[in-house]
Amino acid sequence: MREIAVVAFAQTRHSATDDGQSEAELIVGVLDEVRAKTGLRRFGFTCSGSCDYLAGAPFSFVSVLDAIGAWPPISESHVEMDAAWALYEAWVALQHGDIDSALVYGFGKPSQGDLREIMTLQLDPYYLAPLGLDQVSFAALQASAAGAGRAELDEIVRRSRADGRANPYALDLPDPAGNDFEVEPLRPYDIAPSADGAAAVVLAAGDLARELCENPAWITGIAHRIEPHYLGMRDLARSASAADAARAAGVGKGHVDVAELHTQFSHEELILREALELGEGTVVNPSGGPLAANPVMATGLIRIGEAAQRILDGGASRTVGHASSGPCLQHNLVTVMEAENG
Amino acid sequence: MGNRCAIIGVGQTHYTTKRRDVSMAGLVREAALRALEDAGLTWKDIDAVVIGKAPDLFEGVMMPESYLADALGASGKPMMRVHTAGSVGGSTALVGASLIQGGVHDRVLVVAFEKQSESNATWALSTHLPFSASLVVGAGGYFAPHIREYIRRSGAPEHIGHLVAVKDRQNALKNPYAHLKIQGINQKMVESTPMLWEPIRYLDTCPSSDGACAMVLSAEDKITDSTPAWVLGTAMRSEPISRADRDTVSPQAGKDCAADVYRQAGITDPRREIDVAEVYVPFSWYEPMWLENLGFAAEGEGWKLTESGATALDGDIPWNASGGVLSSNPIGASGLIRFAEAALQVRGMAGEHQVDGARRALGHAYGGGAQFFAMWMVGSDKP
Repeated sequence: MREIAVVAFAQTRHSATDDGQSEAELIVGVLDEVRAKTGLRRFGFTCSGSCDYLAGAPFSFVSVLDAIGAWPPISESHVEMDAAWALYEAWVALQHGDIDSALVYGFGKPSQGDLREIMTLQLDPYYLAPLGLDQVSFAALQASAAGAGRAELDEIVRRSRADGRANPYALDLPDPAGNDFEVEPLRPYDIAPSADGAAAVVLAAGDLARELCENPAWITGIAHRIEPHYLGMRDLARSASAADAARAAGVGKGHVDVAELHTQFSHEELILREALELGEGTVVNPSGGPLAANPVMATGLIRIGEAAQRILDGGASRTVGHASSGPCLQHNLVTVMEAENG
Repeated sequence: MGNRCAIIGVGQTHYTTKRRDVSMAGLVREAALRALEDAGLTWKDIDAVVIGKAPDLFEGVMMPESYLADALGASGKPMMRVHTAGSVGGSTALVGASLIQGGVHDRVLVVAFEKQSESNATWALSTHLPFSASLVVGAGGYFAPHIREYIRRSGAPEHIGHLVAVKDRQNALKNPYAHLKIQGINQKMVESTPMLWEPIRYLDTCPSSDGACAMVLSAEDKITDSTPAWVLGTAMRSEPISRADRDTVSPQAGKDCAADVYRQAGITDPRREIDVAEVYVPFSWYEPMWLENLGFAAEGEGWKLTESGATALDGDIPWNASGGVLSSNPIGASGLIRFAEAALQVRGMAGEHQVDGARRALGHAYGGGAQFFAMWMVGSDKP
């Protein structure tokens, strides 16, 4: 495959409350930032990820296209998925060999509605949605199946929130406390706190990547897999699709310094660590991860961006970014990135 | 452009107002199975699935790829969901083709659908405060002023739209999958229908359809079909909806997208070198408008080409031999149907609406406020 690298990443300071910014306003700042970092104003391809249902109106991405300044007209596409899949589409487009750069962005403003209620609309409308189970109930079923210990989950949340407090872009959340269940066995703090936010990544090929930054984060493997929608068809204690995607992306071919995982619930970290075969030597979610800020539709892209940033900063030589979609980790994308001589 | 990509299977459902007999999953599976059958393949031969549809509000299911993964045999495979407004069907084909051209997969199933009967697209398209102070209802309300501006600029006589409305419905009578089958359709019939958004009369508009369309795309060394359609060029272009000086009648993004596809396919004179075009015409007047935007006619001259009969099935450059969007409109699938019909033509498999000897065909889709464009050129000869 053609050599493609992440050369720039930017994200908003995610907010748990509505700060009065439109989705278009959320994205403008991060676009300016990646343009400034790379010096690029035009890109060979642009791809974004968002979800109309967060706004409850069609075409969220249309008004945002105005904000990015798509003039003269640009070569552009959009996925109604987490923007990590927009990055995948851009990576595929770069494989053709006729363009050398791509802009990827994602944004979400879940403060406009009740995310937990909205996410029920993702279920099979005929057989699953009528059951009245929401996203947290589904996750609780998976947490039970995984048999996650309370102490272990508490430690994951404590660590994530502490890391989040050290990350200027994540929320400031206290150490987990309280004995109430949201949906047993999950406590309120086991749920990734939704936030308004956006992120952008610039991909570049070969020599252009080397020109644009000192330490490009070379994508040495990227793959994704989906599983059946129906929970009864899956072993909920494991993530076969994450494991398959990790194998296809080559996670196990070397030591992983840092893994940023799209954990929307604390127990998912345990399932994903096992699926990606991450050992003790891998630091998981040093940014705090989604448990410290979950700007829906950008959260997966941010995992890739955070993992890439460790290499861009020169601190890590091999990192993994993971994104997920669908109920109970139905769909997983794994990206492996390496430093030049990693 | 990367590696060569060919279309080796096409599947469609019979487009109709309400498919009460199937779920959304049943609908997409029907089209996918027909595409697999056409390609002589089974689910296990498919490496990845790309699905497209227009806004999720049309059916009320958010990110439906999650629920449709099982029905499309995607379990254990990569699956993607594309959404680029009305052009999405075209973009879905292009994302699928890109996976092959990029050397990532050998065989990709692309599917697009809309089950409009689950909801009401016109109201789902009418955005409201606080997002925008919408002054229009539905797509017709948005596009009618642009059509009036086209008429003002070009001086086109008022019957031109009706000619297209008649021609495309006559073509639909030859297409077994078409939704509208209006026996004896004529200009008088179109003129007698109510005015919806001046100058668009009822029969100048597309129907609301349930339906799905699918294609199997293949890398060169995995072709199973003796008459594949080869992808000669692909392009997407987008421009802002509200840029002050953009020309909404003949958008620059449409011109740029066509120029890119023509360059890749080696086309310098589209009128002469393209044998048949499947172009997204949801309102009859968009045929003359796109004839100009796509370089088939000079500015202000598109309506003359329509009036001359050149775009009829027996004309020198047939447009929408299948009956087009005016005859079948499962919105999210409408673009993919254009791309698939273009492929059927160059494979010589279009049946009664086959254009004799078609060797190069254009598939076109547009969306949003005439700001998203997706196109491909396909041919019977390997590039």
